[in-house]
Amino acid sequence: MFIAQEIQTAAYLFASILFILSLGGLSSQESAKRGVFYGIIGMAIAIVATVLGEGVAGHVYIIIAIAIASVVGLMLARKVEMTSMPQLVAILHSFVGLAAVLVGFGSYLDPKSHELTGAAHIIHLVEVFIGIFIGAITLTGSIIAWGKLDGKVPSKPWNFKGLQTMNLTLLLASTALGILFCKADGTGGMMYLLMMTAIASFIGVVLVMAIGGGDMPVVVSMLNSYSGWAASAAGFMLGNDLLIVTGALVGSSGAILSMHMCHAMNRSFFSVIFASATASSSQGGEKKAIEGEVTALNHEEVASLLKEAKSVVIVPGYGMAVAKAQYPIYDMVQTLRKAGKNVRFAIHPVAGRLPGHMNVLLAEANVPYDIVLEMDEINEDMPNTDVVMVIGANDVVNPSAQDDPASSIYGMPVIEVWKAEKVIIMKRSMSAGYSGEDNPLFYKPNSEMLYGDAKVSVEKLLGFLKA
Amino acid sequence: MKVGIPSEISANELRVAATPKTVKRLQKQGFEVQIQKGAGVKANFSDKDFEEAGAKIVNTAADIYGGSDIVLKVKEPTVEEIGMMKEGLVMLSYLWPAQNQDLLKKLAEKKVNAVAMDAIPRISRAQKMDVLSSMANIAGYRAVIEGSYHFGRFLNGQITAAGKVEPAKVLVIGAGVAGLAAIGAANSLGAIVRAFDTRKEVAEQIESMGAQFLTVEIEEDGATSSGYSKEMSKEFIEAEMKLFLEQAKECDIVITTAQIPGRPAPKLWMDYHVAAMKPGSVIVDLAASTGGNCALTKNGEVYTTDNGVTMVGKLNQLPSQASQLYGNNLCHLLDDMGKAEKWKIDMEDAVVSRAMVTYNGKVNWPPAPLPVSPTAGGKAKVIPPTAEEIKISDAEKAKKATRSMFISLGVVGALLLLIGRFAPPEFIQHFTVFVLAVFVGWQLIANVAHSLHTPLMAVTNAISGIIVVGGLLQTTDDIKSPMTIIAFVAILVASINIVGGFMVTHRMLKMFKK
Repeated sequence: MFIAQEIQTAAYLFASILFILSLGGLSSQESAKRGVFYGIIGMAIAIVATVLGEGVAGHVYIIIAIAIASVVGLMLARKVEMTSMPQLVAILHSFVGLAAVLVGFGSYLDPKSHELTGAAHIIHLVEVFIGIFIGAITLTGSIIAWGKLDGKVPSKPWNFKGLQTMNLTLLLASTALGILFCKADGTGGMMYLLMMTAIASFIGVVLVMAIGGGDMPVVVSMLNSYSGWAASAAGFMLGNDLLIVTGALVGSSGAILSMHMCHAMNRSFFSVIFASATASSSQGGEKKAIEGEVTALNHEEVASLLKEAKSVVIVPGYGMAVAKAQYPIYDMVQTLRKAGKNVRFAIHPVAGRLPGHMNVLLAEANVPYDIVLEMDEINEDMPNTDVVMVIGANDVVNPSAQDDPASSIYGMPVIEVWKAEKVIIMKRSMSAGYSGEDNPLFYKPNSEMLYGDAKVSVEKLLGFLKA
Repeated sequence: MKVGIPSEISANELRVAATPKTVKRLQKQGFEVQIQKGAGVKANFSDKDFEEAGAKIVNTAADIYGGSDIVLKVKEPTVEEIGMMKEGLVMLSYLWPAQNQDLLKKLAEKKVNAVAMDAIPRISRAQKMDVLSSMANIAGYRAVIEGSYHFGRFLNGQITAAGKVEPAKVLVIGAGVAGLAAIGAANSLGAIVRAFDTRKEVAEQIESMGAQFLTVEIEEDGATSSGYSKEMSKEFIEAEMKLFLEQAKECDIVITTAQIPGRPAPKLWMDYHVAAMKPGSVIVDLAASTGGNCALTKNGEVYTTDNGVTMVGKLNQLPSQASQLYGNNLCHLLDDMGKAEKWKIDMEDAVVSRAMVTYNGKVNWPPAPLPVSPTAGGKAKVIPPTAEEIKISDAEKAKKATRSMFISLGVVGALLLLIGRFAPPEFIQHFTVFVLAVFVGWQLIANVAHSLHTPLMAVTNAISGIIVVGGLLQTTDDIKSPMTIIAFVAILVASINIVGGFMVTHRMLKMFKK
């Protein structure tokens, strides 16, 4: 019942094509669902072709493992709330990392791999080593990221002076272990491999611990990238092209996503990853003094402002996700739209804790995606907007990014809400955003605060609007 | 500190630099206010109004110029007025520093610190003090009102029992603040509005105000870094003239607003354009005071040409409204300079250092160029660099890019050679696949819509579960062997990833609705 090697290769090729189509499908909303099906079919073909291939044994255990995993996976996917999507993505990354580590050890233990000689053997050992290294970083890094996103680990960056030096030392130590490992005969290098795994796991923890909660979108997409590279490394050690291709696809996609995010924050990729920016990215010079007073309105006054407005833009941030305010917000949007007002959403690329997080939350609340606009699309409309409602966002609407070179977020593209006629900022208190920057927006003459929990506030507004 | 407001001595100047409302505001800022007797009469503000607002009325201009720390004026001062000023006086008024070099010298000699309100840089922070904008807004509105008065017909189209009335066609030349205000006013009166400007980027603003943007088919952009337009090439002007001739035959009201700072207004509407117009048509020339955009404009006069076209070279300034806005602009500037309490002439400040044209006995004109182009402002226009600048910087960038590309290609090539030299053929084969796949991945993801980034991550997550294949290949029939146990766990976690990842993506995508 084994299939020939050539047929297996053809099946792998087909699966690779399907994966490429799957990622390509996500370029638009219309084709995205199709993309997922391509991915599922590709995966099914890949697994079946592997299992039916020559030399695969233990089919019973394989079926048991897949069956258990399917049940667990389905439950996870069903149960997860959209607000905790970042946590799910992070924990899934750690699974890939774990699998990569395990596959690495498995490959080292595999007697077949020790039949290799000369350069081929060395290369194989290096592949195993690198695969486990990346896998272990992905594993522990993702667990820490999950902990931070879930609030189990403090989201404040954990940083100290010698951090970079320490990381570098650890990296050198791993390299040394790698050399020793390659020189060992048979499975005699196991000790070195285990030590390196421990070091890599530690590096994973430290790397993510040092990054603040606001930079999480970058971290999550970076871990996504790592998990891809780990799969690719596994492909090299097993000599399996499908793994190599798929891993490379995922790896480069994660990398480009991280770069997107960094670009949106006007930070260099390396400064985010190595957490150097959180320590000090300010270009020095004196901070601009903030002028003006913070003024607040009550719900009734805000509701009457909304009633008079013709054009309303809502800028949601992580605070909306925390308060789960997207449902009442959409009710409010519908009420306003029925009254003939032009209501739209403006999403900053790094709003939320995951790339595109806000879009998913709004989609969950049935907000049609054609009124959800990106920063660049909406910024030029800001001067013609009557009321902007900033809900649980802070740094992404901070004017210091444009006019205060001393600010740590100077140069970051922001949504220019202050150009609108009136800005309402819904906030729990006057605390600063993730960057720790004070926000001069609150002090502008055309901005008004509306204190309170976002969800409760929006529900109150809705009451006044319907009255 | 004392703020003084003299009467305007020019007979044509109806405005006054303060109104009862701004007097109250000045007092709130901590200033003592004194105003010359009768200063507000032409703008419909009586001395009684000012007195009630808390200002002290003084009899002569000499009292104002000699007894105040700050003087607020509208028109640039005459030599006699400068003669009355005391040393160290701060004076805020229109000055037109580019045309009035002599005046600046006289002010400097007197050690008067003069602020030219017309030289306030056009940056977003200074918009609230920009008198040119606030006054231009009034002029643009008034141009339509007076134009339609002289036109003597409906502006909007109507279909009545007595017959159909065609809507009037209004052409606005120059879409600055005045032009845009005129477009808005004409549009709301129901006229068909067309507008011309040499700066391409104002097309959107013109259309947003409800007018049709007219342009000539020559690639040249009139935008400059100052936010004003520059003078155009000969070919451009010829094409422009031709376009205007066509419009002249059709349009009923022409409003010209084109001005170039420090120079006479460009002549855009020639005698033959006027000759081509229908009798009863109207030309309102907002640039009349700087020579006029129309060849036949007479500054300060309204007359009818031989072929029945009314030329309007003089506008009512709506003095009380204009005084109010001008006064507000002045208050905003004083606000910015620290009010009475923390009063300071800060020559480091971007606004003050440019508008303060004489300081401590020295002429401070022309000002340093602005470090940033006025893109940040709400009303300020977006000024792209000129085509030439773009070309140069592009060429430089391209050169640099080529150089660094060659270097990196060289490094990559050397590395590949090295790998090829030592690595076994099988590795090279896998490596080829790997590198190509990285490129494919890169290209694919660059196209993904931003709003789909979360589903994308979930799907790549599921796909990276392909590592299950590794586990599958390592399973053996012997469950007790460590390799099989390891493989079993690997398959387990990787499969959770696959199923969970795909399912959750599917769930998310189902939610995206139009």
